[in-house]
Amino acid sequence: MEKLEVRNVSMSFDGRKVLDNVSITLRAGELVCLLGVSGGGKTTLFNIISGLLVPDQGQVFLDGEDVTGKPGRISYMLQKDLLLPYRTIEDNVALPLLLRGVPKKQARKQAVELFDEFGLEGTETLWPAQLSGGMRQRAALLRTYLFSQNVALLDEPFSALDTLTKASVHRWYLDVMQRIKLSTLFITHDIDEAILLSDRVYLLTNGHIDAELEIQEKKPRNPDFNLTPEFLAYKKQILSHL
Amino acid sequence: MIRKLRSITSSKAPAFIAVVLLLVVWQIVCVSGLVPGYMLPSPVDVASVFVTEFPILGGHLVVTLQEAFLGLFLGVTIGFVFAVTMDTFDILYRALYPILVISQTIPTVAIAPLLVLWFGYEMTPKVVLVVLVTFFPITVGLLDGFRAVDRDAIGLLRSMGASKWQIFRYLKCPSALPQFFSGLRIAAAYSVVGAVISEWLGGFNGLGVYMTRVKKAFAFDKMFAVIFLISAVSLALMALVSFAERKCMPYRNLHEEQKTK
Repeated sequence: MEKLEVRNVSMSFDGRKVLDNVSITLRAGELVCLLGVSGGGKTTLFNIISGLLVPDQGQVFLDGEDVTGKPGRISYMLQKDLLLPYRTIEDNVALPLLLRGVPKKQARKQAVELFDEFGLEGTETLWPAQLSGGMRQRAALLRTYLFSQNVALLDEPFSALDTLTKASVHRWYLDVMQRIKLSTLFITHDIDEAILLSDRVYLLTNGHIDAELEIQEKKPRNPDFNLTPEFLAYKKQILSHL
Repeated sequence: MIRKLRSITSSKAPAFIAVVLLLVVWQIVCVSGLVPGYMLPSPVDVASVFVTEFPILGGHLVVTLQEAFLGLFLGVTIGFVFAVTMDTFDILYRALYPILVISQTIPTVAIAPLLVLWFGYEMTPKVVLVVLVTFFPITVGLLDGFRAVDRDAIGLLRSMGASKWQIFRYLKCPSALPQFFSGLRIAAAYSVVGAVISEWLGGFNGLGVYMTRVKKAFAFDKMFAVIFLISAVSLALMALVSFAERKCMPYRNLHEEQKTK
């Protein structure tokens, strides 16, 4: 079953074509990566999927329903965690529920129930400024998850983290994703990250999908998958397209 | 050694010492007879007059504070309404912002007599003047705060289906708190001074009225006593605002604590 489908989407700004007939699919439980250089239209595509922008052509389907130009269905998470500094972690995470009209007490309770699952236990009443970068991203992800239970759009979510934190966040993310059955569409410009995490990789160059690549390595992946010849073979294949 | 020096300079000690030194020099100048006592009363004289005059000063202070508080309250309310409207409708922002700035170039002392002519000698002209001087820092502070909100944060809330009102309530309003409090601190100080100035130009009670009376009597010691009272009250109001600010934004102090670690 296709969770999310982007069908023949095109978009221009001031006569410059940013997206050219882009079609991608995301199946339930899959992690799909959109790999491309910065400024290659990736973020525009995310804004279209989340409904903030209406494409010149094409449609977006969520569970078979046309959601083109309808915000409030699929949320996303950015490199900047965008946690509001004046709300405690639990209140930040509960925000999407409050926006939907869930009473404050209940929203908070619902959010806090998931803190263990996301490795955030003990941070409920802290302020965002008191958390490390990795923990803040976890909180931001939980907020995204509370908004749209099964699809997550992540726009370079881990690119601001240092290498070591990044590696542990990757492991954590794959683990959480499997447990909560999250389907993820992920933007990155980091080839290693794309191969390490994804089931499939779309290469986006100059606004159109150049190639689609299946990463057949079983999941959960071995932590040293990125040191194997298979990994390098995938990397070569991707580099040949860029 | 350097660290010790820095801890001294970073504390409030230098300011405190400077004030004490100033008072001591002032006292010496007066006692030594360099300046005649009727022109410049010594700090000790001022303090003793302050104590004996306090029942009268207190009565006037209550009146001035009433005007200041009422004006400040209305000024903040109007400032808030202005800021929200101007932020919502960009055309109003572009139309009104220059007028607001120009209005602030008109000296307070110049409009006060007009207000007396229009509204009489009672409390109204005083309150109106306080409103005029306080609503500007509030409006500008809030507007800057609203406009400084991260566009990505607005996008995120929109993607979560937030309405305009929800974006205002959960994002813009709390984000503008720091700028609001900076504006409020200035407005609080202006409110007392504004009330006093408008009392100069006509009225029956208030510290400004008291000032004009003692001026006519050439009672310099009383003049100084009332000047000190006014600045003490302004300082106290500003401290009150700072206190409220810390209470409303606990996450900010914590940030500073972390930074100094």
